[in-house]
Amino acid sequence: MDLFISLVLTGIGNGAVYASVALALVLIFRTTGLLNLAQGEMALFSTYFAWKLTSLGLPIIPAIAITVVASMVAGAVIERFLIRPVDGPGKSPLNVLIVMLGLFLALNALAQLIFSTDAEPMPKPWPTVGSPGDPTGRDAIIEVLGARVSWSTIALVIALLVECLLLYVLFQKTKIGLMLRAVAANPESARLVGIRASTMLMLGWALAAGLGALAGSLVAAEQRSVNPGLMALVLVYAFAAAALGGFDSPVGAVVGGMIVAIAEALTVGYVDALSGIALAVPFALILLVLLVRPTGLFGRKVVERV
Amino acid sequence: MLRLEGVTGGYGPVTVLRDIDLTVSEGEVVVVLGANGAGKTTMLRAITGEIATQGSLSFEGAALPRNPENVARAGIAHVPQGRGTFADLTTEENLRLGAVLRSDGDVRRDIDHWLEVFPRLGDRREQAAGSMSGGEQQMLAIARAMMLRPRLLLLDEPSLGLAPLITRDLFERLGALNRDEGLTVLVVEQNANLALEIGHRGYVLETGQIVASGPSHQLRDDDAIRKAYLGF
Repeated sequence: MDLFISLVLTGIGNGAVYASVALALVLIFRTTGLLNLAQGEMALFSTYFAWKLTSLGLPIIPAIAITVVASMVAGAVIERFLIRPVDGPGKSPLNVLIVMLGLFLALNALAQLIFSTDAEPMPKPWPTVGSPGDPTGRDAIIEVLGARVSWSTIALVIALLVECLLLYVLFQKTKIGLMLRAVAANPESARLVGIRASTMLMLGWALAAGLGALAGSLVAAEQRSVNPGLMALVLVYAFAAAALGGFDSPVGAVVGGMIVAIAEALTVGYVDALSGIALAVPFALILLVLLVRPTGLFGRKVVERV
Repeated sequence: MLRLEGVTGGYGPVTVLRDIDLTVSEGEVVVVLGANGAGKTTMLRAITGEIATQGSLSFEGAALPRNPENVARAGIAHVPQGRGTFADLTTEENLRLGAVLRSDGDVRRDIDHWLEVFPRLGDRREQAAGSMSGGEQQMLAIARAMMLRPRLLLLDEPSLGLAPLITRDLFERLGALNRDEGLTVLVVEQNANLALEIGHRGYVLETGQIVASGPSHQLRDDDAIRKAYLGF
């Protein structure tokens, strides 16, 4: 039983990260209809940026805050100057896909060129206990209802909850959110009522970049270091989470992230043979969902009455 | 109010509209008749700036902007073919979106007003627009356009896919909006009978060119037009 609980807790911590990145994927998918291949590397670049700020002496929490804001600006700039010129009615969606692929390669290379090609120690923005030979320290543990919970799990879950709350308020309670949903639902009509659809797309990219930056910084802190391969794996799990939940559903992204991560933790924990090939789990889940429910658990088939 | 002079336009290399001259004066209901493929929808798209055009388009004395966002800002609301409602969003959200350009405090009051004018929408305030019937969606699309408090309303085949009784009801309402609130309307229709009943003037569009125009009664009395578009 203890093993089970500890595996589930590990899963929940990882799930919060996958869910954050999956949310970022969903945000861009809803407005462009495309999966942002560069999402992981955008987050990687941001994470190196956050590390650089801490290596210059800034404490980790303000470093992450600055990084999130800077990443949102960068996300908007990417949409405006790289995506928008190749996107639009009458142009092939492949154009955008290829630009995303280019971004994927370029951002990974740039991160290594500008910041570091090595794994760099990422300070933890949650309580730690010092351990010899480890610059970042180990995660502090607290007991909750008899279970030993790592502070990293708590921090990752809190971050996810705050993200969900902010997104909910933005989309459901504000005029900007209503406009964002309108552009996702029907871009042509959105323009006819006077919404500048391009501005909304820019905002979508900004939000996605910000979410990615936060997720990247936190997952690096959890894993103690940021390295050039950090986000590649996370992105695969996030894709699985989004496919599972439905690419157009924010709720699906969160639920999908949790299912993928908990399933991964449990199978790897109980089935020794799988521990070397944990990646098989998300792929098996993607395959299963696509077979049974192609729109994902929470995805909607577009049904319109005429 | 609206003036098109020598407007030519189309999609990419394909020219659909040729040398269109058309005017709409304040308080008028102007009807554009034409068969499928005559260029009616394209003409409305030319006005809202959704397609590239040559020639002169002006609204209230100023050149029309060449993108839909700014045409809406000029005070022109467009109900596109197929209604263009936001299918995932509720009736109320659709109506709020119609007023995104407004910053006055009367939006809520206007929503209540239009839900009273179209009581069937009032019963479906929280229902997703995509799940409503064609007639309800058409009413929602018109109510949403009215939320802008437009100076000019463009309607693209409002009768498409609607039962005859519902179509008649719809046109009666449009006629009433024009009489009671002074709404200026440019409507494109295949259902010529009903449209000419509420219209003051009409144009006949054929393969992208205007081939006849005049007051509604004159078009109704023209033998050739009657045979081609009115079916009697």
